[in-house]
Parts: sequence; structure tokens; C-alpha cells
Amino acid sequence: MKTSSFTAIALCTALLVAGTTSALVTNDYFFSASYTVLQFVVLATAWNILGGFTGYVNFGSAAFFALGAYSSIVLDKLFEAPITLSILSGTAVAALVGLGMGYLTLRLRGVFFAIATLAFAEVLFTFVVNWDYVGGARGAYVVLQGRPPLGFRSFVQFLFAIMALMAAGAVAIARFVQTSTLGLGLAAIRDDEVAAECSGVPTLRLKLVSTTVSGGLMGMAGATFPYFLSYVEPHGVFSLSYAVNSIAMPLIGGMYDWAGPVIGALLLGGLQQVLQVNVSADWNLFLVGALLVVFVTIAPHGIMGWTFRRGRRARPT
Amino acid sequence: MSGPLFANALVSGLLLAGFYAAVSVGISIAFGMLDVVNIAHPAFIILGSYAASIANASMGADPIVTAVALSPAFFALGLLLYRFYHATFERRGREPLRGLAFFFGILFVTEVALILAFGVDYRSVTARYIGTTWRLGTVDLPLRLFVPFVVSVAMTLSLQVFLSRTFFGRAVLAVGQDQLALQLMGVDPVRIKQIAFGISIATAGVAGALLVIIQPVQPSLGREYIGLVFAIPVLGGMGSIAGTLAGAAILGVATSFTATFFGPSWAPAVSFGLLLFALAFRPSGLFGR
Repeated sequence: MKTSSFTAIALCTALLVAGTTSALVTNDYFFSASYTVLQFVVLATAWNILGGFTGYVNFGSAAFFALGAYSSIVLDKLFEAPITLSILSGTAVAALVGLGMGYLTLRLRGVFFAIATLAFAEVLFTFVVNWDYVGGARGAYVVLQGRPPLGFRSFVQFLFAIMALMAAGAVAIARFVQTSTLGLGLAAIRDDEVAAECSGVPTLRLKLVSTTVSGGLMGMAGATFPYFLSYVEPHGVFSLSYAVNSIAMPLIGGMYDWAGPVIGALLLGGLQQVLQVNVSADWNLFLVGALLVVFVTIAPHGIMGWTFRRGRRARPT
Repeated sequence: MSGPLFANALVSGLLLAGFYAAVSVGISIAFGMLDVVNIAHPAFIILGSYAASIANASMGADPIVTAVALSPAFFALGLLLYRFYHATFERRGREPLRGLAFFFGILFVTEVALILAFGVDYRSVTARYIGTTWRLGTVDLPLRLFVPFVVSVAMTLSLQVFLSRTFFGRAVLAVGQDQLALQLMGVDPVRIKQIAFGISIATAGVAGALLVIIQPVQPSLGREYIGLVFAIPVLGGMGSIAGTLAGAAILGVATSFTATFFGPSWAPAVSFGLLLFALAFRPSGLFGR
């Protein structure tokens, strides 16, 4: 399928789902839970563009998510910016930082890069905690006022529709990256960076594209987060569970295909919503960690690895 | 900047540095010598803290005695963990990044398991020396920091002697350089790595007991130490125990001065910032070969 038709279908599906559920479902909890699951679809897809396609592990997903969230808070404090502007600026800020992270790959590979992303997240966290304008350690309030736009019954329905569109967009971008020559280049970098460089793959340029897109999409997912919760504090936004989830979901779904993180995020995200309501928040985090360990040990190619073991999409270790 | 304030910051920085050496010497061995990126190391430190705190609360045991008594158990835990890691990742030649994800998962699972078992409350220990402070002129010497300093430096130096003077220790150094050559000498590199990893986890257990003497501990404290445990070996040049002591001294003093002159809330940025700086500009460490 061509990229343009896939993108059109994905966006139309998102609109259709958002439209019909808004008309039929009245329970706001449904939208809040679905928003969270879709947010993980975006995060996992974004992580996978760098982690799965290019082979650079990013432990700092929470930092990019927080960049998006805090740029929305700054804009809201400055002039109560409209939500579309917040999303655009959150994406742009995180993409710029992603570009910077791309230059880091010049010097750091493999394990050292992964540790550097973790360090970056902690440094950023310390800065936010000490930045009084955005509330410091106390956190900040962002309250949507007036009536929900476009005839939505509540703001959470409206945010769910936005997140559905963003998830569809993120998946379409990931699919485009994978199926284009860009994806081939990234796969070459993942399998052997030196060999790729020697074969004429412009490794730096491709890695920069990969880190920028990956970072930008994470920031996009974070940009609507303050509107969703109304209250944001650093410990919540920088929570290690974002980093763990955005690694666990692609690993469980399968890292070499755009569909892997989507499957992983829907399964694991949905399961967590169920557990959170029926058991407890701590147990659902335990489950994510345990599933990460189990899958990385016994099924390194995730669910997609089982499905396509004999198919043309099967890939060697 | 007043003199006594400066002197106090320097002394408490050096005392802190001793403790930092205990925290990171295990990573110097595991990451620097064995090439096992045990990002879950801080989780084992927190486990050590909890063990010391529980023994202290139930039997009134001194945390350092508990640490020494429990180190065989931590050693065995390390042996098992390395065996599993070797069988599932190293032997099959899977890319090291999966091993990294594995340890990341272990870190997270241990943290949540501690929360589920004991809750998120801070735990601490009581011992006679914790409240005592010696005074040398204008400089304070709190035993709460001095006792961990002494234990930690003793542990690090004896590890250094062990690694440089014994046949086994030299085999550990050799395994990081050339496994094949070691095999040709008739030594099983996997057995050497297994024991060395056990030692690395045992130091984490001891460091945990020292940590809980210095400050109260709760499960998610471990992640704050990820930057520290990796920054020190990277700064000091990977796989050198002397370098670890030097790296710990730099970080300890830098953290103490930041906390004194800019406020404690900036202190975490120091270790992670220095780590980023070291990784980006001097990956072989300040004293690297």
C-alpha cells in the first residue's frame, strides 16, 4: 500500500473511531483510559523509530515526553496558547533536543549512548525541579476553560480525539520510515554501523533524522498531557514508568516492524488499564517490568516474531 | 566564601567520596572488566539497605555486621544472575542492548517488588555512632559519614590488592582484555566472570548497608544512583580500581560543594551532568589508558 493511502486510511479510521465513540459512549472514564493507551501507542512507536529501526536504545523517553508537557505549560503561562499551538511547539522543542541527541551518536554508541540518555533525563529533571516559573517541585496547573470545541461533550472526549489523530499520524510516519529507503539505511546502521558507512550509507544524516523524528513524536505525546491531567508535577512526568513502558511495548510487540509497537502498546496499555482499576497501580508496574524481562529473555522478536516466523517478514537474529 | 564553610564542604565531600567508591566499585568490576552492563546495580544496593534495616529493626544488629554476614548471600545472588545472563544473552551472542533492556527490567521489577512488600515509607537504622559528631577545630566529622567512609575505603583497597596480587584477580583483569588468550592458558573465562560478578553484587550489598547509615532509604532511591555508579567508573577510566577512587573523590567533592553553595536540590545534576560531560568529551576517562 502506498504511504499516502495508508496515511489517509489511518487518519480516517482515527476520525471515525473518535466520532462514533463520542456519539455513542457517555462514560468519561472510557475516554480517559483510551487516551492513556493511545498515548502509549505514540510513545512506543516513537521509541521504536530510534530503538527498533536504528538500534539505539533511548532510556530517556520520559525526558522527551516532559519536554512536550512543559513547553505546553510555558505557553499556557505566557499567553494561554491554543492547544494546537502547544502541540506544535511541544513537538518542535522535543525534535530539536532529539537532533542534539543525534549528534551525540557521533561519539557514543550502544551501551554508552543508552546510559547518556538516562543521564540526560535526570539532568533535565533537576532543572525542571529547580525552575520556579513552571512550578518547580510543586508542579503547575493548566486548566482548560469554557466549552469544549467542535461540539464535543467534554474536554476528555476532545483530547481523546486529538490523541487518536496523533497516534494515527505517528504510526503512518513510522510505516513511512520503515518502508522507504530511509528505513533500509536505518536497518543497515542497526545491523552494522561501520559496514553501512563503508557501503556509502550517509549514517550521520539518517541517524539525525531518526533521533529528531523519534524525539519530536514523544514531545507531541507529552504536549497534551497537562491539559489531560490539569495538574503536572515533575515526578509524575519524568516517571521511570514512561521509559520502561516505551521500551517494553515495542519489545513485546516486536521491534523490527511498525506494527510491533502498536500491538505491544494496545495489549500492554489495555492490560494496565484493567489492572489499575481492578488490582493496584503498583502491581501493574510490576507486570510491565516482569513482562519486559520475560520477553527479552524468551521471545526477543516479540509477538511479531511468532506471527511471521516463516513469512517473508521473518528476520535473522 | 568563608573558610570554615569551605573546609566543612571539602571534608564532607571527601567522606562522601569514600562511600561513593563502595557504591561504584561493583560497576567498575562488572562494566569495566567483565563487560556486563549491570544497570540494575543500584537495585541490589537498595536490597542491601533493606536487609540491613530489617535486621536492625528486628534484632538490633549493626548494619555493617549485617552487611558482612549477608555478603555470601549477595555473592550467590550475583553468581545466579550472571549464570542466567550468560546462558540467555552472552552465549548466544545476542546484541548487548537486549542484555541492557534485561537489566533495566530487573531494576524496575526489584524496585516495584520492594514497594509491594514494604510500601514506599522511608526506612532507616539505629546505631550508637549515627548521632555522634567529632569536632576537629572548626571542621565537623560526623560518624554517620565517617564510619561508611572507613568501611568503604577498606573494602575498595582490599579489592585492589586482591585483583592485582592474586592469580584469580589477574585472571579477572585478563578476562576483560582477551578471553581467548585466557582460554588458551587453561582458564575457564565464564567461571572467572561468574565469580567476579558475584563479588560485584556482594559489594552492592555492603554499599547498601552503608547507604542506610548515611540516609533513610526508600525503593525508588536506587535510580538516583544510576548516574553515580556509572559516572565514577567512566570518569576514572573503566576497569581501574584506583581510577574509581579518583572518580569518586571528584564526584564527592563536586556534589558536596554544589549542595553547600547552590542548594541540595541541584546536587543530583552534578553526577549526571559530569557523566554526560565525561561520555561526550572523554569516554576513556580522565585516567584512561
